[in-house]
Amino acid sequence: MAADGQWVTFLALILPFLGAAFAPLLTRILGHNAAWLLALTPAFIFFHFAGFLPGIAAGDAVGGGYAWIESLNVDFSWYLDGLSLTFALLISGIGTLIVLYAGGYLKGHPHQGRFFSFILMFMGAMQGLVVADSFLMLFVFWELTSITSFLLIGFDHSREAARRAALQALIVTGAGGLALLAGLLVIASATGVNSLSALLQVGDGLREAPLYLAALLLVLGGAFTKSAQFPFHFWLPNAMEAPTPVSAYLHSATMVKAGVYLVMRLNPVMGDTVLWETILPVFGGTTLIVGTLLALRQTDLKLMLAYTTVASLGLLVMLTGFGSEIAVEAAVLYLVAHSMFKGALFMVAGIIDHETGTRDITKLGGIGRAMPITFAAALLAAFSMGGLGPFFGFLAKEEIYAGLGFGSSWSMLLTLVALVGNALMFAIGFAVALKPFTGSFVTTPKTPHEGSVLLWLGPTILAIDGLLTAVFSDLSHRFVSSPMASAVAGERVPVSISVIPHIGLPLFLSLLTVALGIVCYIMIDRGRAAMAGLLSAIGWGPDAGFDQFVRGTIRLSAAVTGIVQNGRLDIYMTATFIALAAALLVPMIGFGELPAAPVFTPLHFYEWTVLVIAVIGLGAVVYARDRLTAIVSLGIQGFAVALLFMLLGAPDLSFTQFMVETLSVVILALVMTRLRLSPSDHRPTGQKVLDFSVAALCGAALGLLLLRITQVTFDPALSEFFAEHSRVIAHGRNIVNVIIVDFRGLDTLGEIAVVMITGLAILALVRIRAGKPADKASTGG
Amino acid sequence: MRTLIFRTTAPYLASLMVLFSIFVLLRGHNEPGGGFIGGLIAASAFAIYGIACGVSPVRRALYFHPMAISGFGLLLAASSGVVSLFERVPFLTGLWTTINIFGLPVDVSTVLFFDIGVYLVVVGSITSIALALEEREHG
Repeated sequence: MAADGQWVTFLALILPFLGAAFAPLLTRILGHNAAWLLALTPAFIFFHFAGFLPGIAAGDAVGGGYAWIESLNVDFSWYLDGLSLTFALLISGIGTLIVLYAGGYLKGHPHQGRFFSFILMFMGAMQGLVVADSFLMLFVFWELTSITSFLLIGFDHSREAARRAALQALIVTGAGGLALLAGLLVIASATGVNSLSALLQVGDGLREAPLYLAALLLVLGGAFTKSAQFPFHFWLPNAMEAPTPVSAYLHSATMVKAGVYLVMRLNPVMGDTVLWETILPVFGGTTLIVGTLLALRQTDLKLMLAYTTVASLGLLVMLTGFGSEIAVEAAVLYLVAHSMFKGALFMVAGIIDHETGTRDITKLGGIGRAMPITFAAALLAAFSMGGLGPFFGFLAKEEIYAGLGFGSSWSMLLTLVALVGNALMFAIGFAVALKPFTGSFVTTPKTPHEGSVLLWLGPTILAIDGLLTAVFSDLSHRFVSSPMASAVAGERVPVSISVIPHIGLPLFLSLLTVALGIVCYIMIDRGRAAMAGLLSAIGWGPDAGFDQFVRGTIRLSAAVTGIVQNGRLDIYMTATFIALAAALLVPMIGFGELPAAPVFTPLHFYEWTVLVIAVIGLGAVVYARDRLTAIVSLGIQGFAVALLFMLLGAPDLSFTQFMVETLSVVILALVMTRLRLSPSDHRPTGQKVLDFSVAALCGAALGLLLLRITQVTFDPALSEFFAEHSRVIAHGRNIVNVIIVDFRGLDTLGEIAVVMITGLAILALVRIRAGKPADKASTGG
Repeated sequence: MRTLIFRTTAPYLASLMVLFSIFVLLRGHNEPGGGFIGGLIAASAFAIYGIACGVSPVRRALYFHPMAISGFGLLLAASSGVVSLFERVPFLTGLWTTINIFGLPVDVSTVLFFDIGVYLVVVGSITSIALALEEREHG
């Protein structure tokens, strides 16, 4: 595609982040009406991506991007086909409505600007995730959605429940993110490609790779945590602590579908294996049933919807993993339908909460007259959720039953699972959309009245969309369903189902679902009581398990810290030196690399002198009566070694050794005077024996190592290189210095950073010891 | 340790050592020496001065907090590496030029500034440790 088009797509990808930067300022100036302006951001993205529809519908895929780090072969690149385009349109389209809705919902909230900022950042992350081509970009945006959703769930951070939910979501999805990273690395090493578009060309390469199982499990670990599959589903209902616009956006239409997106994206290259077609339907089916049963238990409108979202995600995973083309079509249709009706229903729940002051279904009734528009939107959405014609959900449900079929006992089982799940979702959908609005009026904390236009605009548009997309099913299939299903299946799959019912098995199953659903709806109170009894009988769930896991981890790390870091310097030193001796001796002995007996050349008399000085210094250290004398004697020994370096022709080394010895003695002496230790050293004999053995062992080990090194044939390659080049290309005759500042400058830069950090740390330690107030540190100069 | 002789000679000794340390630093590229050794010499100079005359005169003489000197050194060393980016060569590549000072040609390089950075980091860090240790509880 043309270069200028690339530029616009890039802009569309970073625009949400720019919007996030300006959102607080705009909100301060315009108040809640800033929503109208900020909604232009996702609207622009929506129309930009909508421009790709004709091309994608014709079967093209659009790639693009820029080289990011060429030497690592990392690109900032995107890939648009039917799958990513549909996701991009859902995210930006629903995003536009959500920004408007948040404008009404958080009207007058002191941190509304911050909220807009967070939600736009999330939108940018999600947008990047679904269009990302390179693995690295996919992972970065994946983690970014986890982080921004942490901010959004914990938006109301003064409440403990919100903080816990935010942390829980971050830990669960973050851990999944790490699994995904590992999975992507495995895929990259198994196939040699590092972008999705290239991966789709690999064909059977990944399925037949020996690492397929590892890649599959890791990637599914990422997808299942993100998409709240059982047993990782618990974070999603807890995330309902977030303000309702967040629940409507993240937990219905977008973030939780990221896992489904990943599974669908990888279906052409990882699917069609026994493992894939077992794991996905089993987990998906379990999630579907568990989700609907738990939804039945709830009385909070948002929690009911949250658990049906869990169930829907399970259904999507099950359909994607089933393996037939029609099941893929069904997954695609259901995903689009779900985004619309669940987004709408969440927003409706938010409006009810906002205008009546409660969202407990047992405390609501008869508010339909006061809120006609909301009621209408809720009903339309519930029709779609229940799979009634002529709504988009109907198409999805027909296709689900057609896709699963009755071909084998396996597909019969899954059909039964889908039937039960759909019936329960039908009941819950209508419970949310009917119960609060109909019946006799129940007094609520606030007098119910219709919400502002910002509030009802979003759910109404989404609910009507559910109708229009189904009535004009030719168009929606041509531009959305067929390209997306083709991308998921990996081959051209035209979707053709329309709202005109065909007599057949799927229609019969649909009718059965509706009938079962009506029964469930009537008996919903009894079902709730039964589920409540069952759950309290079990008494344990993954949510409690998460708490136990966190508590256990903290306790374990406290125990380990207690052992490893007991705060006694002598134990640290002993451990360090034992490790040093072991690291030197074990490989030397294990590989039979002990040095041969050394050959001594006769020494000059001055060399003897220096050696004798060193030994005398050493003796003085050991026999010194008080510590200060020992420290100074250590300096004697060090100076003698420095002299040896000088005599053997290493002036730089010797020079440095002199200075280091001097400063060590000065600083050690200063430390001694500060520590107020007893002047002499009273160690028990056992301790002395241990310390002596460790010291002797370390000395022997280092000596042996040096001997061994000098006995290896000297490889002059490096010396020759430096001798040859230091004058010519680095303009220096002192090779040591040239190496330090030029050839290995980066090492030196790291080392001086360490020197400075060590200095800071010691300074802090000294000041803590002195008990000074911390602010004096800055006034010291 | 604060004898009269030590107190009287220490300032001169320290100044000489600092002068020597700069000499060692600058000649380091061709003769034994360099930023690290120079820095150690200068740090011992300040430590001696501090032992002899107390910490506050040293702090006054240094004017800046030693840790700030260290930080500046790190900044200088890192920025001397960045210069090479303007010449479109990799980070930390040494660049050389010759300038005339009073008619004398002097080689100047980014490597020299890198070495000065090393010198300042070493001086700053070690001096600040030494001075902090020399300070009594009330100081």
